[in-house]
Amino acid sequence: MLLEALTLQLGYNATLVTIGAALLGLAAGATGTFLFLGKRALVSDAISHATLPGVALAFMAMVALGGDGRALPGLLLGSAISSAVGLLCVSALTNRTRLSEDAAIGAVLSVFYGLGVVLLTVIQSMSSGRQAGLESFLLGSTAGMLWNDALVIALGGALVLALVALLRRPMTMVAFDPEFAAGAGMNVHRIELAMMGLALAITVVGLKIVGLILIVALLIIPAVAARFWSERVDHVVLLAGGIGGVSGYVGAAISATAPGLPTGPIVVLVAFGLFALSLVLAPGRGVLAAILRHRRFQARVHVRQGLLALAQGQPIYEPLTLRLMRGRGLIRADGVATKAGRAQAARALLDERRWQLLRSDPAHEEAAAHYDGLTPLESVLTPDQLRALDRGLRPGDVQAGALQ
Amino acid sequence: MMGAEFVALSLPPILIGIFAAVACALPGNFLLLRKQALIGDAISHVVLPGIVGAFLVTGVVAAWPMMIGAGVAALIAVGMIEAIRHLGGIEPGAAMGVVFTTLFAAGVLLLEQSDTSTVHLDVEHALYGNLESLIWLDGMGWHSLLDAGALRGLPPELPRMALTLLLVIALTWLFWRPLTLSTFDEGFARSLGVPVGAVGLGLVIVAAIAAVAAFDAVGSIIVIAMFICPPAAARLMTNRLEVQIAWSVTFATLSAVLGYVLAGYGPLWLGFQDAVSAAGMIATVSGVILALAAVFGPCRTRAGTA
Repeated sequence: MLLEALTLQLGYNATLVTIGAALLGLAAGATGTFLFLGKRALVSDAISHATLPGVALAFMAMVALGGDGRALPGLLLGSAISSAVGLLCVSALTNRTRLSEDAAIGAVLSVFYGLGVVLLTVIQSMSSGRQAGLESFLLGSTAGMLWNDALVIALGGALVLALVALLRRPMTMVAFDPEFAAGAGMNVHRIELAMMGLALAITVVGLKIVGLILIVALLIIPAVAARFWSERVDHVVLLAGGIGGVSGYVGAAISATAPGLPTGPIVVLVAFGLFALSLVLAPGRGVLAAILRHRRFQARVHVRQGLLALAQGQPIYEPLTLRLMRGRGLIRADGVATKAGRAQAARALLDERRWQLLRSDPAHEEAAAHYDGLTPLESVLTPDQLRALDRGLRPGDVQAGALQ
Repeated sequence: MMGAEFVALSLPPILIGIFAAVACALPGNFLLLRKQALIGDAISHVVLPGIVGAFLVTGVVAAWPMMIGAGVAALIAVGMIEAIRHLGGIEPGAAMGVVFTTLFAAGVLLLEQSDTSTVHLDVEHALYGNLESLIWLDGMGWHSLLDAGALRGLPPELPRMALTLLLVIALTWLFWRPLTLSTFDEGFARSLGVPVGAVGLGLVIVAAIAAVAAFDAVGSIIVIAMFICPPAAARLMTNRLEVQIAWSVTFATLSAVLGYVLAGYGPLWLGFQDAVSAAGMIATVSGVILALAAVFGPCRTRAGTA
């Protein structure tokens, strides 16, 4: 069943929804990256909640003009206008008053949402409003998706993607370093507005599929997940688009397989699954990689200390050190050093003496900054420098050390 | 309007609205000053999986299991946010966004999957609450307020909300000094031996308690709005914390009363028949108050700028 859904064989509506969700995820992931990199991910929360009064007002306006209140383009236009007003309120509260951006976001999202709910109850009391079904915009509803709706989503998504591709350089600069961007002669305010405008467009386009509460997830989660895999902005944007697209596609396909699996939440949960995988598995920034790094470092420290103890004839009690050194064939099961162990121990001790000498000599200040108790000095100094340094060692220093 | 009908139909919801608004606005002041204002938003989203989970476990729609479930969900959310922040090195805003949207999605999915058709449990209820339906059928007039038998018929949300408010006030009063110290100057507070981390976590827990209790009665819109709007408006009125808190309580009360009255009677005055959502109207009024404060407030600009 799932295989059929993934290969788009579950009928017309399911296919439409799946492709639409994939496109939406792709565009949302790519757009959201810039918000996330600029540390303004939650602005999308204000944008999405601010769509509600617009949807309601558009419905009322279209009914008042004698039309069908449910026409998607009209509702989307209304939502775009009201969330733009919300966005301007956030920016006015942040720039003109002492309130911080998070307070402005929270205020705008709750007030606009409250106003939207008031308007929804007004619509419910209108004669033509009983079946308006505007509540479906809260959580999305894909059951009755039409070809025209899908077209609106596809065109909107494509337009946003094209704009992202066009504006990626200025948006990157503004996201990372607004002051530098301003210094380079860019209109930072306008670029920020464009960034927000694109997020707004995604929100509006996504209302039908995932609804206004969960579209925030599609703007934030793919970007955060993609950030684990790369340090380059263009890669993160592409990856985020990919993760968003896959979430949309797989999520919509899963939700098509059975009733009671609403599209929006499933898409979000798939995206979170990909995020969790990234958090654990990503090389470099992932949790697993960090644990492995820690274990490797721990092993190096233990072996080094064990070797130094061997060289100085001290007994080793630490169980982890013993286990590591046995595993490396440096000591025998009874704790006596093997030949390889003795050789490495002597080398470790020599290295330690060299470091001591180096660090006591201010002439080597720069090289001494590399000291961490683990790095062999051979990797810091050239052979010539090493020979010069060795002249400073007391004759028989190493052997004396070994006999102590 | 001020007669028996008022006591039965409007007094309990107005009181519940006021209690809920003030209980949220008090911790909201500190969250705002700590730039954690959106914690309230996150908590109110994760309440949904909490109550659905509680329903699935207990099989009944009852207040206490749901509040416990919501509280557990809030704690899980805070734990997840901290874990993602620290394990992944993600900025707090994005970590919050990841967690609350995911948990909310999980809540919606749980709701769809479970058989809740026989009980009154849906997303809209969670969002809007049902302030209007909290009526007091035994309230025959003002004299009923002195009648023990009639008082027993009060909606249970009223004493619960009052209790929550008292708890919030008591905790704010008790921990006033460490709370203010760690809010304004964390380093100084730490040097005095204030357990800064514990105070921060305690504040979030108190906020969660207020949010969960208020949510049960009035829905999550009011909760988010009351966490942020009255404190934010109060912040634009004064530079002193005590005065700010007084203003925020005033604004919260004003929003609750005006919002309820406008929602209940406003449409009638305009010639319509049906009332509109009181929860939405209370949030809207608090927004209007904030807008007025942002335009006219005496301390609206940042220090140092004109």
